[in-house]
Amino acid sequence: MTRYLRPRDLDDALGLLSDGGWTVLAGGTDHYPARAIRDPEEDVLDITALPDLRGIERTADGLRIGAAATWRAVIDADLPGACDGLKAAAREIGGMQIQNRGTVGGNLCNASPAADGVPVLLSLDAEVEIASARGRRRLPLNRFVLGNRRTALEPDELLLAIHLPDSALDGAGRFLKLGARRYLVISIVMVAGTMRLAADGTIAAARLAVGACTAAAIRLTALETAVAGLAPREAADALADSHLADLTPIADVRGDALYRQEAARTLVRRCLDDLAEAT
Amino acid sequence: MTETLTFIVNGTERTADVAPQRRLSRVLREDLGLTGTKVGCDAGDCGACTVLLDGEQACSCLIPAAQAAGQDIVTVEGLAEVDGTHSALQRAFARHGAAQCGICTPGMLMAAHDLLRRDPTPGRRAVEDALGGVLCRCTGYLKIVDAVLDAAANVPDTDLPDPGCAVGARVARLDGTGKLDGRELYADDTTPADALWLRVVRSPHALADFVLGDIDAWARATPGVVAVLTARDVPGHNSFGIYPTLKDQPVFAERFARYRGEAVAAVVVADRAVFEAVDLSGFPIDWTPREAVIGIEAALQVEATRLHDASPGNVLIRGRVASGDVDAALAEATAEFGAVVQAEMETGFVEHSYIEPEAGWARRVGDRVELRVTTQTPYMDRDEVAHVLGIPQTAVRVTPSAVGGGFGGKLDQSVQLPLSVAAWRLGRPVATLYHRPESFAATTKRHPARMTASLGVMPQGAIAAFRFHGDFDTGAYASWGPTVAGRVPVHAPGPYRVGAVLATSAAVYTDGPPAGAFRGFGVPQAAIIGERLMDDAAAAIGMDPLEFRLLNALRAGDRTATGQVIEESVGLAACIEALKPAWARYGEQVAAHNLKHGRTRLGAGVGCMWYGCGNTSMTNPSTMRLALKPDGRLTLFNGAVDIGQGSYTIMAQIAADAVGAPLERVDQVWGDTDLTPDAGKTSASRQTFVSGRASELAGLDLRARILRLANAGEDADLTFAQGHIVVRDAAGTRDLDLSVLPVDDDGHLLVGEGTFDPPTAPLDGDGQGIPYATYAFAAQIALVEVDPALGTVRVRHMTAAHDVGRAINPTLVEGQIHGGIAQGLGLALMEEYVPGRTENLHDYLIPTVGDMPDVDCILIEDREPLGPFGAKGIGEPALVPTAPAILAGIRQAVGVCPDRVPVLPHRLRAAIRAASRPEAAE
Repeated sequence: MTRYLRPRDLDDALGLLSDGGWTVLAGGTDHYPARAIRDPEEDVLDITALPDLRGIERTADGLRIGAAATWRAVIDADLPGACDGLKAAAREIGGMQIQNRGTVGGNLCNASPAADGVPVLLSLDAEVEIASARGRRRLPLNRFVLGNRRTALEPDELLLAIHLPDSALDGAGRFLKLGARRYLVISIVMVAGTMRLAADGTIAAARLAVGACTAAAIRLTALETAVAGLAPREAADALADSHLADLTPIADVRGDALYRQEAARTLVRRCLDDLAEAT
Repeated sequence: MTETLTFIVNGTERTADVAPQRRLSRVLREDLGLTGTKVGCDAGDCGACTVLLDGEQACSCLIPAAQAAGQDIVTVEGLAEVDGTHSALQRAFARHGAAQCGICTPGMLMAAHDLLRRDPTPGRRAVEDALGGVLCRCTGYLKIVDAVLDAAANVPDTDLPDPGCAVGARVARLDGTGKLDGRELYADDTTPADALWLRVVRSPHALADFVLGDIDAWARATPGVVAVLTARDVPGHNSFGIYPTLKDQPVFAERFARYRGEAVAAVVVADRAVFEAVDLSGFPIDWTPREAVIGIEAALQVEATRLHDASPGNVLIRGRVASGDVDAALAEATAEFGAVVQAEMETGFVEHSYIEPEAGWARRVGDRVELRVTTQTPYMDRDEVAHVLGIPQTAVRVTPSAVGGGFGGKLDQSVQLPLSVAAWRLGRPVATLYHRPESFAATTKRHPARMTASLGVMPQGAIAAFRFHGDFDTGAYASWGPTVAGRVPVHAPGPYRVGAVLATSAAVYTDGPPAGAFRGFGVPQAAIIGERLMDDAAAAIGMDPLEFRLLNALRAGDRTATGQVIEESVGLAACIEALKPAWARYGEQVAAHNLKHGRTRLGAGVGCMWYGCGNTSMTNPSTMRLALKPDGRLTLFNGAVDIGQGSYTIMAQIAADAVGAPLERVDQVWGDTDLTPDAGKTSASRQTFVSGRASELAGLDLRARILRLANAGEDADLTFAQGHIVVRDAAGTRDLDLSVLPVDDDGHLLVGEGTFDPPTAPLDGDGQGIPYATYAFAAQIALVEVDPALGTVRVRHMTAAHDVGRAINPTLVEGQIHGGIAQGLGLALMEEYVPGRTENLHDYLIPTVGDMPDVDCILIEDREPLGPFGAKGIGEPALVPTAPAILAGIRQAVGVCPDRVPVLPHRLRAAIRAASRPEAAE
């Protein structure tokens, strides 16, 4: 006999999880497609009634996005300009049906290499907050999403929230998605960036991330270092192949490796140009 | 584990005992009986199941019942006004022809409703954003967007046209109401509650031997399994196929399977719940894969395995059209300082991607079997089922459900045969439904083509010669391969005067999925290379591509490469002329945009086509019957299955005008092999032309009978009233009192019948003869935006000029053009089925609302005397010129275009990269 539980209390949920054997369900937008052929027997823990996972709010040191906040909630939230890329990504995830139900936390936990949420949250220096009956911990996002369908989440743990620090919320944000059609499309490559200027008009900090070119999206830290201190309009010209050396794109039906590498470079360049325009 | 959950559906509290994780779509459809919500993929890819949950659009296939419990749910059944009349949005859909097959319509309506609740007067971009999550395969989206934009205007409905004015009127679909309020019944909406359910066991390999294990033990050990059927359970012939002499495909494979997705057995289970959960992974079968022959090149190698005994070299069949001395003509073009241009091109498998998957049910009634299935071809289904069961054709009844899209894919057998075998064997109703990956893997595709061609042009622009060869991958079984091989050589030279032609084709067996019928039967593929050479030839002699086509366009009285002189209805030149203003405008836009040196470049391209309506040199009659009843109403027995294109509306418009009755007096009986005479299949762009002509003849026949009864002259005017027909002519006025006249066994006073079989003549060994009685013509131009650094393409605008003979219903004609353009765009830019890789609607991409260009339609009406009121077909012609026009636009924008479609971004990028290498620039 399968079980389906939808607890309203976080401790109850964590207690259940510590027993093991649960499939965690939130927006369902990845859960059900994986079961398109048949309904398996499984125990489902529905986390959408947990108040702790809801909402998007300012905190003392930044912004907290509940793991079960939907992409619609991101689009509708009043967020600083650095989150424009996050909002753009939210609008590119599936159609409105998916945006209305799919959750930010689910996108991270599903850990698809093509998850639109990962690069854009990397570009916002996101940390994740994880809870279990054993306690709570925080991880930078790049140590949470580890690879294709692989995260640092233990079986008894639940992703509670995503935290964006104040330091990342100042400035401009952009997200560029490349797909073979408009709407409802899995990304071939996507690039996200944020940029903050110093008082003298030079780049104080830029954060750039590329998705779908590695098993998990990555930040381009060498490039970020290279553009710091430059005038925004000079940033794109500072881009060199070496800045993209960590990309290891694969070939699949959506594109070959060389194409992805090249497209990533084009999009990074454009992202820097767009950020320069926006700051 | 089930729970009793309460839902507030369309304002009413409903309870159901369901598993909390059950998809809301299933709760609505199966537990609450609200089948208006449709399911196309169970994966959130198609949006057909969109409902409003708590005031926001959502895919009900992705929502666990537990999350929907207690929430407000609005479905398509809840859209109408309180008094039951349709809402302004629904009426706008009807007015604009926004529903074709109607399977996506509930999803579209709900997505639009969501938007309009927030913003009653949205802009176009907001509408596209709102509808971006719902796929439509028929309409090309444009009329849907127009309907949403126009909903707020709340325009009153117009009356049906006056007597004699139905043809040419923009009549809203006569079968449209149910498509807009959820009452239309598709194949999965009518399954009996007591039906057994059937799942097909399929091959996971392209080529593999298999041995069945202890099936009985597995069946006993698997809860809910009632029976397992294999080849030995087929009572008649375990074979089927389109051509009587080519029934090479088994209902269930024996010993080995020839493609990934082939049926090897059917598991019949107790009910739908078991069907949804049953795990076939433990089905006792041992597979031994063999090295498969994938692709044309592999199949044609000398050492390739012979896949079918009767086909040495793996060539199923060849086609050929030869006229004149091509070699001499090509040599002359060179010698006279013209040019010879040549090209090679390839296309891939394309999937029909109708949003309604294959579904239906069958039951045995005594010594007969009855099927209700989604099909384009009930009469062929009937004959095929009879063959497989070994019973007379009269012992099979096929009643098509509403068809949620076909495009050729529902011209082959899918669910029909396993259902019939199971119902026959088990004596109980049996139902099934393919899941989306199964629909992809199991059913037919568009033939991949590998084509080479050359064209010789004289310096003044005359086409001296055209040489073409195309190999077409027909996959594991013949299906419609012979049709493709026969149709392509006729059409390959294009709608032009060509001095000498040698066009050959071969349908080639491989271990791919069977390639069958798909909108155009190979002609769209051939047009891609033919039109490319037209552009190359124009460039070689320095002519504008549009002018070059106009110069060479076939005209009335010209002789085609098959030796046929086409005397009438040759409207290509008119189509091209009509495009000139838009072509000039595109040219200005291209020049202005490209001067700016921005991230993108524009290009404009043209494609022309011709398309023979009806079967190639083969009889394909249609019969229609129109009966007069004592109440003064007419019944049209219309077997021309409407798969969204509008034949249930078109035939009535034609019949009404032919008899001289108002359209509102015409009732219909639709596609039922027991009741409607054979109107052939919905294919080959034949229904308007062939069945339409039969409808006209049936109307004229009934009219003649009425006039005889009234002893009136041919030009008499008829007025239909309750129980009366008033007949007026020069001799006076007579009132026919229908209530006093005798009726036949069916309750009819008079019955008019019409049969039409388009006159053709066989093709000889050189393809000489009369393959078609008439041809449709078209020219389309595309304004294309390319991002050269990314290889992405956006089609910004298209203008489509189509010679349709006569537009019986301009709204429906435009709908076919828009939908054809959408599919042509998909063929050109994104659609490619790769077995095992793109077996769902997120890896296999079809255009969304955001991919569609603006489209201007220009209807040219060069009357075809054989057609009803001058009409000919539009279904396939709409698609054929689109890909060539888009590809030409890409070439103009960036100077190159890949030799392989779809032009995916990485392929275009590779072509641009190759062209920019220094050695390539020399």
